Amino acid sequence: MEQLMIDLKEQIIEALNLKHLKPEDIGDDQPLFVEGLGLDSIDALELIVLLQQYYNIKLANPQEGPQIFKSVKTIAEYISSHQTA
Amino acid sequence: MNVITRHCRIQHNTLLSQGKVIFQDRSASLDSFLNSAIRALGMGYPKYYKTDPMCKLGLLGAEMLFKSFNPVTHYGAESVGLVLSNTHASLDTDLRYFETMRTMASPALFVYTLTNIVMGEICIRYGIKGENAFFVLPAFEPELLAGYIDTMMALEKNKACLAGWIDVMGDHHDVFLYLVEKKTEGQDALSHTPEQLKKLYQAEYGTVDDRS
Amino acid sequence: MKGRVHVAGIGVISAIGSSVEETMLSFRSAKSGIDKLTLFNSIHQGVLPVGEVKLDNLELSDRVAHHPNLTRTALLGLHAAKEAVSDASIDLRKWRSGIISATTVGGMDKTENFFIDFLVDQNSGKLRDVENHECGRSTEIIADALGVNTFISTINTACSSSVNAVALGARLIQHDKLDVVIAGGSDALSRFTLNGFNSLMILDGEPCRPFDAGRKGLNLGEGAGFLVLISDRVATAEGRVFSCYVNGFANTNDAFHQTASSPEGRGSYGAMVGALKMSGLDPGVIDYINLHGTGTVNNDLSEGTAVRRLYGQQYPALSSTKAFTGHTLGASGGIEAVFSVLSIKEKCVFPNLRFETAIPETGIVPQLSFETGKSIKNVMSNSFGFGGNCSSIIFSANDATL
Repeated sequence: MEQLMIDLKEQIIEALNLKHLKPEDIGDDQPLFVEGLGLDSIDALELIVLLQQYYNIKLANPQEGPQIFKSVKTIAEYISSHQTA
Repeated sequence: MNVITRHCRIQHNTLLSQGKVIFQDRSASLDSFLNSAIRALGMGYPKYYKTDPMCKLGLLGAEMLFKSFNPVTHYGAESVGLVLSNTHASLDTDLRYFETMRTMASPALFVYTLTNIVMGEICIRYGIKGENAFFVLPAFEPELLAGYIDTMMALEKNKACLAGWIDVMGDHHDVFLYLVEKKTEGQDALSHTPEQLKKLYQAEYGTVDDRS
Repeated sequence: MKGRVHVAGIGVISAIGSSVEETMLSFRSAKSGIDKLTLFNSIHQGVLPVGEVKLDNLELSDRVAHHPNLTRTALLGLHAAKEAVSDASIDLRKWRSGIISATTVGGMDKTENFFIDFLVDQNSGKLRDVENHECGRSTEIIADALGVNTFISTINTACSSSVNAVALGARLIQHDKLDVVIAGGSDALSRFTLNGFNSLMILDGEPCRPFDAGRKGLNLGEGAGFLVLISDRVATAEGRVFSCYVNGFANTNDAFHQTASSPEGRGSYGAMVGALKMSGLDPGVIDYINLHGTGTVNNDLSEGTAVRRLYGQQYPALSSTKAFTGHTLGASGGIEAVFSVLSIKEKCVFPNLRFETAIPETGIVPQLSFETGKSIKNVMSNSFGFGGNCSSIIFSANDATL
């Protein structure tokens, strides 16, 4: 889970063009949207792409997004419980 | 009568404001230059990093123009317009997006595959709500732009216009942005004419290390 | 600024017909053009419905007597522009004539095929497929075919592009820079846009339902729509009365988000109010609004909110024709300008297909059936594009002889 969160932070920085940040700058429980990192709806769509490309998880319903993408920890938890081999 | 009150230029990895070099990084790639330029201007806007090169260039240019004078606070949001042009449209980003289509289309890149998104980004950052237009042309055309803007400014409600040329393709970039306002009594500013625009666009500016 | 800018001719091609006549037939019989994708192979085949023009490139080029190797955007544009010029029956050579076109994809339909080969092997792919890629090329091709060379320009402001082209044409005539302007736009379907819109998750897997509470997104479409605009002087010289004129237009930036509209519809409201102000008309005298109405959750709520803010409960007949044609992107402004002119000419209003329940927050019920025999004097058409570019235009009937 720890390693997964570290990987996720690196992938998020790369995918969302957050080049001014390092993985250490993103807290495990830090809110990603609105406050915190200030991500928006397009970033949410990129995270859906990230789930599919790196973890083979397809999120058909974007409405589930806000809950899953709340923080790096919630994303990691979702991946751990949904990942297919 | 309209006047050019502010102008800036970005080319060869150099930021020029009112004809003076304020930042340069000749050795860098365009991506690297764009990342250091925002810091050089002291611009606090994290969203900048998520946009594409054309938008970054537009935001840098607008930041230089509005540093000492924000026309939105002065005239009101709906009275400030935006008229831009270029030759490569959004091709630079189109190619990057197309690459992603091979695996999974990237929504963040797709958003920028429209020539006018740079206007949206500038409007969002500075609160500009007036009319905007984007022309795709073979080269910078001062006659077309000056004529269009003069016609636009003939309408009472249009009081200022951010205008110019933002072109990018790979590492090549060519930006010329200026602010046009209605001339006020006794104001000493450059006349808004095609000749004046051509002069500003073509000027050879001195560089920090004296190479041109 | 003096005199009127008359609409002397119209031409259109879309999923519901390759001419004005065919289009009207589809409207009368409530026959939508949204169907399965057939134009190219795609992972979305059988999944995403689209509004295709029912002619392939060979058939199109046969009709416009041009080379079949042209891009589909250019072929569609040629088709509609030629119909408009023929409808106007004006000798363009006698006047200072210009053409202002608009497109968002340009020659992408051919370019993307080139790249599929080229990216695998840099010795493959036909260069001919990319020579007409640029947005300006389709405009030049149309200008060449029509013999127009005084003023040629291309506007690219996403989905408001072609209505902005019409507005610019009107402006140039009002300021006596040109006498005749062929203005409008063209866009063809491509994998580039289909995949892109799909990645934004705003496409409906079923035929779209604009302004309906259960709407799920838009269907992409393709087509072209052009108007021939002329000055008073040309109208007088022609000795004819033309059905309508451009009475007002406005453009604003919503300054909210790259692809979504502000929930209050600030940009849309500003554009509608601006167009009304230029025309000097009271909102109450607009007889029909052709909505932008893409069918996305965001647009229809935002636009509906703006309409309610302008009209309260007393809104005019209104509908989104995208339920017929799909969202034709850069061509939508031009196509819907033609529909607006038709509304005045044919004294009719078009239905908003597949509507069942009003959006709860706005309660707007659009026009549900094709109705004719109406008094239609003033029509407003809205087009809002990514990048916050919001435009609105008003056409008014010429009710007196000149």
